[in-house]
Amino acid sequence: MKYYLVLAVFIVLVAFLAVGLTLNPHEVPSPLINKPAPHFDLPQLRDASKNFSERDMMGKVWLLNVWASWCVSCREEHPVLVEFAKSEVAPVYGLDYKDKREDGMSWLERFGDPYRISASDYDGKVGIDYGVYGVPETYVIDKRGVIRYKQIGPLTPEILKHKIIPLVASLNNG
Amino acid sequence: MLVLLVMNVARAAESAPAVHDPQLDERVRALAETLRCLVCQNETIADSPAELATDLRKQIREKMQQGLSDREILDYMVARYGDFVLYRPPLKTITILLWFGPLLFLLAGLGALFYRLTQRRKEAEVELSETDHARAKALLKSDDNEIP
Repeated sequence: MKYYLVLAVFIVLVAFLAVGLTLNPHEVPSPLINKPAPHFDLPQLRDASKNFSERDMMGKVWLLNVWASWCVSCREEHPVLVEFAKSEVAPVYGLDYKDKREDGMSWLERFGDPYRISASDYDGKVGIDYGVYGVPETYVIDKRGVIRYKQIGPLTPEILKHKIIPLVASLNNG
Repeated sequence: MLVLLVMNVARAAESAPAVHDPQLDERVRALAETLRCLVCQNETIADSPAELATDLRKQIREKMQQGLSDREILDYMVARYGDFVLYRPPLKTITILLWFGPLLFLLAGLGALFYRLTQRRKEAEVELSETDHARAKALLKSDDNEIP
């Protein structure tokens, strides 16, 4: 009887530890989900005389991808994003986070440009408003300008297929 | 899997405050010590060398210069990064287990201890019947006889 009790406690402990191992402590749930996307009005990367704001996108379901030329896993994500942009499921806009204009532009020259427009967040203030802490990050924003999904870390074909594409489809119908 | 913000050493220089104000420095540091850096999660924003922490310290300083209270700045951080940025999590239904879990374990331990002790006392209080007493007496007597 006593041994069963010890065994039961042990099994519970192992179960807790096993679940703990599968969690990623870096994926912190964003408080911005289902909240209006924070306002920004930033110069465009390619043409600094023009601005880009999240308000320009009202009435559309779109993706905001936070990237930077210095970000290693952005490079890993990039081909996936280029491919997704070609599919025209949803327009992809970029936020070039804490990056020099020349660096950002030459990065896009080299690896391809999936973004309709990239905004240049040189001092990272808009990044802070969006709670960015691990570039790349991707936000799905609905027609009313509400953030519906946040991906921390690189997008993968699986995430696009199982999460983002179905979500965009349902938001477009809604 | 997640590669975090790479520290960009070249641009890491924190813009020095225009006027040196030790009182403000102290206030910034005290508040930054209560906030978790999301890049290196076991460090506070005050201690972390990550660039995001530098930016957030700068942001705290700016907000203080604009006259915001500590409470307002904490709310500003929580609105962006969630309760996770606070080293002292707020008491909510979702954090009840976090706050009172240790107490629960303590109570469970005390309960188990109390149960064991009462069980042991019950075992110690064995009622002796008349024949048991007689047998004990006889045994004690025979013991006496064996002593040379």
